[in-house]
Amino acid sequence: MVVNSLAERYRADFPILDQKVNGFPLVYLDNAASTQHPNCVIDEIARYYREDHANVHRGIHALSSRSTKLYEDARARAARFLGAASADSIIFTRGTTEGINLVATSWGTAHLGPGDVILITEMEHHANLIPWQIAARRTGASLQYLAVHGDEGTIDWSDLERLLSQNRVRLLAFTHISNSLGCINPVRAICATARRHGVTTLVDAAQSAGHAPINVQELDCDFLVFSGHKCCGPTGIGILYGNPAVLDDMQPYQFGGEMISRVTYESADWKPGPHRFEAGTPHIAGAIGLNVAMDYLETIGRPAIQANDHHLGEVAYERLSRLPGIRILGPRRERAGLISFQLGATHAHDLVAYADQFGIALRGGHHCNQPLMRKLGLQATARASFYFYNTESEIDRLVEVLEAAIKYFGA
Amino acid sequence: MEIDELYQTIILDHSKRPRNFGELPPPATKGEGYNPSCGDEVVVFISQSPQGTIEQVRFTGQACAICTASTSLMTTQVKGKTVAEALGLKRTFIDFLTQDAIPATGLGNLQALAGVKKFPQRLKCATLGWHALEGALKTNVG
Repeated sequence: MVVNSLAERYRADFPILDQKVNGFPLVYLDNAASTQHPNCVIDEIARYYREDHANVHRGIHALSSRSTKLYEDARARAARFLGAASADSIIFTRGTTEGINLVATSWGTAHLGPGDVILITEMEHHANLIPWQIAARRTGASLQYLAVHGDEGTIDWSDLERLLSQNRVRLLAFTHISNSLGCINPVRAICATARRHGVTTLVDAAQSAGHAPINVQELDCDFLVFSGHKCCGPTGIGILYGNPAVLDDMQPYQFGGEMISRVTYESADWKPGPHRFEAGTPHIAGAIGLNVAMDYLETIGRPAIQANDHHLGEVAYERLSRLPGIRILGPRRERAGLISFQLGATHAHDLVAYADQFGIALRGGHHCNQPLMRKLGLQATARASFYFYNTESEIDRLVEVLEAAIKYFGA
Repeated sequence: MEIDELYQTIILDHSKRPRNFGELPPPATKGEGYNPSCGDEVVVFISQSPQGTIEQVRFTGQACAICTASTSLMTTQVKGKTVAEALGLKRTFIDFLTQDAIPATGLGNLQALAGVKKFPQRLKCATLGWHALEGALKTNVG
């Protein structure tokens, strides 16, 4: 089967996975929070610091020009990774959160005003919710939500057409894959509807960029954001893609060195292109590490990773759904490789602490989805999230430990 | 196993069958504790005697086993104490969990939470109910 062969072929590239935690082999199932790094990424970052490091774009000397080339190569790679026409559409950020804040601040300030509507969904991560609350407050625009229905997390996307025709919606921001429900939203159809109404779109691809093929030109979105550390890359680096037509008239987000062309004591002009959004010395090693990570993922192939995710997600759903008293969020079929659940009356933190004692890394909490959890009448769930290095036998191990936890905490 | 040090029998007992669970009507005062990392909420209700001792204490909320058990154990300990004594017990308990070599004098069965020392990420769980208690007591004092 295709599925196990990915782990068979690639798991050995991840040295961190080969260890014992609390006396048991590590089962790392917290990939939606952060994925692990293959040797090639770790090695390239070390090599860069040993051999090539200097500041970018400002030195004439050899090291600076090597650094600059590596940094700009990463930008070009990110453009290919996302199917963008030009590297000028790629802005390096600290991650998804900063990307969204940049858009909410720079684009939001210029394009939003009283009477305008920002439309998002009820399943958004806090990172794609709070920046819009603040943008609405600053500009006088209002924030509206597409409703999520039931534990399956269904959004009635036919509502979208109605909402876009009835309101002065300026921006539609939504997640590709929900980090708590594991459902996959139909990005292309959503963006097409928004386009017909002249509405600008932002896609939160934090959970999808490393898990599914992405082509921003086919999706026809205006902005797309993701984080390096959720796709085998380093923390502290992320990508914001901006459609050139929208990016061109956008004002900078932060100000300082690196982003200017001419400065006097009275005023300053900005550099053209993505550099005007990258004030200060960037995370050069992060970009270089991310370049290698993207290359690595392309070698495996994101369609194969996606198929693997779907398979592990469905296997996990089937096997976990047999546990007594379990409540699983998200759809049964067509789900991403993550599963969040509540097990009887046992609190997620107790489950996660218990699983950790057997070497299993889970996440417990509200997953930065407090309003959604409240709506579903939940306080916290436990979540297992997979990547291509995980195996079906790790899911079996999880089920075993959860069965033991039921006995341990049961009434 | 280390996990059994955290979830001692008395902890599991108090988490499954919390003592003094429920609300107290006014004029009882209440204090709230909220843990933003997991969304746990605990509300502690206190009624005081004219002499200034804690007459009744109850709590409600949804929380993990450590938090529920710690709050439940707390309610069994602070009844009949003065405000100053209850706040003193809170300090001793938190010192016991956060510092080395603090004697467990006067803590009684709260010592069962000693396992939290090895799981510092659960400290907030073990102390949430105590912060709520302080809130309820301060409301009355003011």
